[in-house]
Amino acid sequence: MTYMPPEYGHLLPRPFSIFSADREKGEVSILFEVRGRGTALLAGMRQGAPVKLLGPLGAGFPALQPDSLLVAGGVGLAPLAFLAASTEQRRTLVYGARTAKQLVCSPAELGLPNLTVVEATEDGSRGKRGTVTDILPGLLPGSRALFACGPQRMLAAVKGQALQAGVPAWISLEERMACGIGACLGCAVQTSGGYRRICRDGPVFPAGEVLFND
Amino acid sequence: MIKPDLRVNLCGIGLESPVLAASGPFGYGHEYLERVDCSALGAIVVKGISAQPWAGNPPPRLAETASGMLNSIGLQNPGLERFLAEDLPLLKGAAPRIIVNIVGCDIDEYADVAAGLDGAEGVDGLEINISCPNLKAGGVAFGTDPAVTYRVVSAVRRQTALPLLVKLSPNVTDIKVIARAAEEAGADGISLINTLSGMLIDTETGRPLLGNTFGGLSGPAVLPAALRMAWQAAEAVDIPLLAMGGITSAEDALQFIMAGARAVAVGTGLFYDPELPGKIVRGLAGYMEEHNINTLGQIEGIARRGGYANG
Repeated sequence: MTYMPPEYGHLLPRPFSIFSADREKGEVSILFEVRGRGTALLAGMRQGAPVKLLGPLGAGFPALQPDSLLVAGGVGLAPLAFLAASTEQRRTLVYGARTAKQLVCSPAELGLPNLTVVEATEDGSRGKRGTVTDILPGLLPGSRALFACGPQRMLAAVKGQALQAGVPAWISLEERMACGIGACLGCAVQTSGGYRRICRDGPVFPAGEVLFND
Repeated sequence: MIKPDLRVNLCGIGLESPVLAASGPFGYGHEYLERVDCSALGAIVVKGISAQPWAGNPPPRLAETASGMLNSIGLQNPGLERFLAEDLPLLKGAAPRIIVNIVGCDIDEYADVAAGLDGAEGVDGLEINISCPNLKAGGVAFGTDPAVTYRVVSAVRRQTALPLLVKLSPNVTDIKVIARAAEEAGADGISLINTLSGMLIDTETGRPLLGNTFGGLSGPAVLPAALRMAWQAAEAVDIPLLAMGGITSAEDALQFIMAGARAVAVGTGLFYDPELPGKIVRGLAGYMEEHNINTLGQIEGIARRGGYANG
């Protein structure tokens, strides 16, 4: 959770995934898209301004296995880039967005060995034309596990494809949050085991447990 | 040099600090106690407990508003049995004082929860949430009708000797008549306010933003409305008030105390800054030193008595 400086008025803290971490330097970075007032204020902060963080919070992805398939939609790249950096095993990242501008990071910038990146844009402005779900059927059969983060519609489709292919899948969810530590119950998601807290029980859940609305 | 004494007695519950954690945002307490220094809190008011577990409302449950937030958690809670078995043991010892908020979908459920908590080790008091929908009366909140308020509070009163606070809904025409009904039914104190009923619409989908359509507005946006109701309730009853509604500073807390509150609670403010209780306590102590005040009793309700003599 990122606390907003008090001079910005009263704003709830914003939850973000960790994009990268340098344990030696004690640094973490986040990747975000300007969606509303909080992210606009964060984007406008001067370089070097202090930001108060509470974290890491919740449960992340399980350890990567060889031949894993990572699926990211837009700014959902953040936790998957972090996951991809946790190993040098062979793994494939499918990275999609509506248009090239929303592919916020180029694969070369990640600089990760043994990572195959497949990009897709709905308008064909970069990578393959189409959505990540157009690409997955070709890749799922050779994959031992799938990890995904992105818009809810994408996650619902990816869940269906992974389950059908019999590939174990984990998905990272997002929701508006207030406390970030499991107290306020504001970020509930419906699962096969009832409502669970995205901030504390998640944000990563086994895909089969998550019940999507649409 | 004055040494400010911040202790207060709320309905027979001795509190080391006049700043409490309001029911709801703080959950069952242990999540915060694990992460944040809670030593400045006088008590934790535990999130509402019903007899049976309640699932809560469909998401989305939260939205930010101008200087506030809207929520429709739906009183999700594990039920009395699991609270006693799992949550209360984690809280005991870690929390300064524990006040348990109770909810019900009918009067019997309120009474059952109160009976189950009476005598539970570690429970220092009860707070009745009368903003719940009364399922036997078409979902109208108990706390919008003085006669129903009287019946709920009486039923709970019969089940417990614990100090009993009644948390009022602000969604009423006249808060004074509800406060009086609670006092007459045997309440030891009044808590106010609960959230103000509200809603938002997502203009992209053309649908209400919250899964439950309606939610409760809290945060600094509601402070003036809450303060007005605290003032009126203080006028209407002789029992102590625990006041809340958008408090994010010592200045805010002082206003409620000056309106007549014995103690204050922070809710949404904890989300903005989990270290808020300590900041408020230090701010209150500083104010008391500056103004030569020994105890908060000296300024409790002072705004209703014409203010400082030399102000």
